[in-house]
Amino acid sequence: MTDLTLTRWKVETRTKASSAFAIVAALIILLALAAPLYLSRSVLQDLFFILTLLVLAQNWNLLAGYAGLVSVGQQAFVGFGAYAMFALVILGGFDPLAAILLAGIASALLAIPTAFFLFRLQGAYFAIGSWVIAEVVRLALAQWKMLGGGTGTSLPREATRDMPALKLIGELFGVKSSGAGDILTYWLALLLAIATIGLVYRLLRSKQGLGLAAVRDNQEAARSVGVDARRMKTLVYLAAAFGTGLCGALIYVQKARISPDAAFSVIDWTAYVIFIVVIGGIGTIEGPIVGVIVFYILQNLLADYGSWYLLILGLIGIVIMLFAPRGLWGLFAERTGIQLFPVRRRLIGGPVPVAKKGGPHG
Amino acid sequence: MAWLDTIIQGVLLGGLYALFAAGLSLVFGIMRLVNLAHGDLIVLAAFLILMLVSALGLNPFLAALLAMPLMFAIGWALQFFLLNRTLGTDILPPLLVTFGLSIVIQNGLLQGFAADSRRISVGGLESVSVALGPINVGVMPLLTLASAIAVIVGLNQLFYRTSLGRAFRATSDDPVTAGLMGIQPKRIFATATGIAMVVVTIAALYLGTRANFDPTIGPARLIYAFEAVIIGGLGSLWGTLFGGIVIGIAQTFGAAINPEWQILAGHLAFLVVLLVRPRGLFPRAVD
Repeated sequence: MTDLTLTRWKVETRTKASSAFAIVAALIILLALAAPLYLSRSVLQDLFFILTLLVLAQNWNLLAGYAGLVSVGQQAFVGFGAYAMFALVILGGFDPLAAILLAGIASALLAIPTAFFLFRLQGAYFAIGSWVIAEVVRLALAQWKMLGGGTGTSLPREATRDMPALKLIGELFGVKSSGAGDILTYWLALLLAIATIGLVYRLLRSKQGLGLAAVRDNQEAARSVGVDARRMKTLVYLAAAFGTGLCGALIYVQKARISPDAAFSVIDWTAYVIFIVVIGGIGTIEGPIVGVIVFYILQNLLADYGSWYLLILGLIGIVIMLFAPRGLWGLFAERTGIQLFPVRRRLIGGPVPVAKKGGPHG
Repeated sequence: MAWLDTIIQGVLLGGLYALFAAGLSLVFGIMRLVNLAHGDLIVLAAFLILMLVSALGLNPFLAALLAMPLMFAIGWALQFFLLNRTLGTDILPPLLVTFGLSIVIQNGLLQGFAADSRRISVGGLESVSVALGPINVGVMPLLTLASAIAVIVGLNQLFYRTSLGRAFRATSDDPVTAGLMGIQPKRIFATATGIAMVVVTIAALYLGTRANFDPTIGPARLIYAFEAVIIGGLGSLWGTLFGGIVIGIAQTFGAAINPEWQILAGHLAFLVVLLVRPRGLFPRAVD
């Protein structure tokens, strides 16, 4: 006879590595929050740049890696978010911080009509279509004379200097308003990066995330079990537009100067981001994190070589896509089995045989 | 008669866009590959022609003739050694590899030729015009449109009258079965991209003689080409010519109202077509 003790079945995604990593991640976040205490202003500015690229990369990865929507037009939302923030601050007299949030919402609203056009195009055509949309938004905003037209404009100094939050930070750290501005934007970027990773991870572990993965792996099979592929894709597209627009607005609060060509740059806001995700590992949360670190190292190594830098980045991207399509993190995870943000569901628990005495199913 | 002049200039400009688009359409039709580096390859060919003109002192038309086999070889090798590896059911590898290629070509050209604007001179032919009734038309724009029509007639002849064209169509329909009949899909794909690069060279000749160009203008040419293909409907070369003309006319009308609206008007025409006829005006292919 087989004696069974009944325990409950459980579906888990957590692994030993991920539990350990959660502690490490908490420590890293604490260290990062305290960074203004022990890091110089220029390092903070570098970190701001990295964190915003990480946010853009996570958003693009959500689109391309999980929803199969390969966009080369995400600069549309970076630029639109930035312009919306400028309009709210300059024309509406809003506080830049409130304007950042509203700019994110404005970007999500812009994504509704663009989704309407883009979702008529399939696969590769979606990619170029998204680029056309970005061009249309750029050319349209370049006509907005009150925001400088084609040459662009700057944020008024009062708006960036007199934020109430800056006074507080300035007194706390004993720095001038420009230094306090760097600390504030750094914290916001950190917050945005943590929130983005957290929300993406939550989404992927939810029922919707499972549906999304199913659609990516086999759209027909997913639809046959009731996943509404189009709805899922639209939601992801809108969410990525919100995150990308928010990030664009934040980047331009720090830059304080905008022009259509810079705000809608396909190199700065899409090419870099694509290479970061491809090199790090597309379709994983860890990938963009690894990618952004590699990107930063490469940029510092090759800073003096001008266009060689982009050329080499492009070649690395091509080689990785051909020979290691899961990126550096994919190579690492394949060999070690380690996942820091596991999303695979595993069945744990259930009836445990206590005594083994043979029998038909012994 | 200003509007008639605008329409004619638009039609002629459309010839140039159709030349940009024909290569893209050909490659997509045969192997369902969308090459994001297409515009940069046009610019690369323009620099190749410019180099032949300035180094050997050749006439630009002769230089383009000489550049054709070179570009064919580049296209053949590119497809055989690189792009064939990316073909499959997953759309990510071809898109991301050709996007990387676009960045590589752009920055390679920047490194080699700097960011200066260049132009290929055709020895005064740029300013020659003929009177068509009440309207003066430039000889070069006329040649561009004539070349576009010739290219499309030629490609259609190739597709439907030759054994190579039969192999193209067979591989496009079903590469596995085509393989059983002794066709090697990989070589067929390489030949197709080679031919597309010959068309690209013709496009580059007119791009380089019509206006200034520099290493960064490739992506915009890709976008015009793409819009022409979508407006015309996938799989129809005559549709592509028509699509190019639609963009051309929209751009010249936009420019007639306000020079800043030229490019925007072309994009808006594309969006309107996408709105009313999502599959283009003359769709033939199913996907």
